[in-house]
Amino acid sequence: MRRVWLALCFALLTACAQTPPAEVRGTCDLGLIVERASGRVVVVDTTAKRALGAVEGLGDLSHASVVFGRDGRYAYVFGRDGGLTKVDLLTQRIVKRVIQAGNSIGGAISQDGRLVVAQNYEPGGIKVFDAETLELLSEVPAGAKVVGLADLPGQKFAYALFEKGEIWLTDLTDPRHPHTQKFPAGQQPYDGLVTPDGRYYLAGLFGEDGVALLDTWRPELGVRKILENYGKGEEKLPVFKMPHLRGWAVAGEHVYLPAIGRHEVLVVDRRDWREVARIPVKSQPVFVMARPDGRQVWVNFAHPDNGWVQVIDTLSGKVVETLQPGKAILHMEFTPRGGEVWLSARDDHRVIVLDTQRYARLAELPAKSPSGIFFTSRAARTGF
Amino acid sequence: MRVCTKLAMLFILSLPAWSGVGAAELTAPELIRLVRQDCGACHGMTLKGGLGKPLTREALAGQSPEALAVIILHGKQGTAMPPWKSLLSEAQAHWIAERLLAGFPEEPQP
Ligand code: HEC
Repeated sequence: MRRVWLALCFALLTACAQTPPAEVRGTCDLGLIVERASGRVVVVDTTAKRALGAVEGLGDLSHASVVFGRDGRYAYVFGRDGGLTKVDLLTQRIVKRVIQAGNSIGGAISQDGRLVVAQNYEPGGIKVFDAETLELLSEVPAGAKVVGLADLPGQKFAYALFEKGEIWLTDLTDPRHPHTQKFPAGQQPYDGLVTPDGRYYLAGLFGEDGVALLDTWRPELGVRKILENYGKGEEKLPVFKMPHLRGWAVAGEHVYLPAIGRHEVLVVDRRDWREVARIPVKSQPVFVMARPDGRQVWVNFAHPDNGWVQVIDTLSGKVVETLQPGKAILHMEFTPRGGEVWLSARDDHRVIVLDTQRYARLAELPAKSPSGIFFTSRAARTGF
Repeated sequence: MRVCTKLAMLFILSLPAWSGVGAAELTAPELIRLVRQDCGACHGMTLKGGLGKPLTREALAGQSPEALAVIILHGKQGTAMPPWKSLLSEAQAHWIAERLLAGFPEEPQP
């Protein structure tokens, strides 16, 4: 009897260990929510609007950012403490984790999905990893903090150097032998973006009024300044949080950019890069994000106005809605076709899902001090 | 560290806003959260640095609380360090400066 019992237990145990994930599913409607203070990421299903599970042990995730492999299954999470973690969204496990720097703020993935590149503050520079194994392939020391790293077509990456005021373009066609071109850009670039077509790289400047623009199809023309002197010599308002730039700035033929030290969104025509409008908003903008169809631009704000969110209608060029969805709205992410937006309310410990047409609250998910929200649709976009 | 947090929690900082127009009355845990989360946006949640310099005890060793409070209230011209005087009172800035020099308390776990 005893023996039969033992055999049964054993059979049960081995069966459990071998059971594949219960359900076979796609990844196009998955995403990650970063819980900045608990070293955890929550895997979410944007169709069901619920959490599927969580992955722990990712270290210091303040200012963490995420990129996705092209199959939308693996996420690469860059932590502030220099941790780079490869997470499997389907099994909700860590596949691999390395500590690659002392102080890091993000990364990018190459066009072919084979290279993951980290941008570091300390030691300043970029590091190139094999996306499969996270083996270090090469590095480009910069001697300054790297901001605004973006992937470009052809295994290239663009980024800016805060203290040096330069834009660098690194070609990783041969990932073990990077080839870098350097361009003077302006004072204290704080972040950068590449237009969705992968052509223009823009670096926002903190130390002067203006934005540095590089046409990466014709780099020999060098960097040109746009929006020069947008502050008109007026004294800047304090900036309690640095704005973030990404390809979401582009809506139709216009680019929507946060002003620095002014409570305005600056609008530029992407055909001639001239300023076409400036839209007064509630406070210092942080994220200025176009809904994927470009009809709306959503704006959140720096401390102490981070409880507000405003919506700009791109047809009229006016703020059409002012919302107070929760306490300390740190980040926003649209579902791939823009019907819903997910907002992280850090101090309410929840993520809120809103309908972008009627602003109705569709769901709420509990999360501890949530910050970044990242959906797998980024896998298919250049510059994300 | 634990003791530090507890002590800090006992000490409710509803001191008058001498210099700040908008300085709110904040309890010690609220101030701790502000520093970890909102100063942390630039200095890192662990205060080991980011775009802003590290604010750990080791990194600040040798500086006076008065000098740090002045930086907190007035910012540093030509850098990304903003003036907090519209949001924090002198007393609050001093309180933060002293705690930074002593090793800043962790946020109490909810
Ligand atoms: C928008 C970014 C930003 C925010 C937010 C910010 N700081 Fe800073 N802070 C900086 C930068 C950049 C420096 C370095 C300035 C320099 O180059 O000397 C700095 C420097 C300092 C220093 C001087 C450090 C030294 O070694 O001299 C102190 C103290 C300080 N910050 C405290 C704070 C506190 C407290 C808060 C929150 C109430 C805060 N900071 C919020 C960017 C920021």
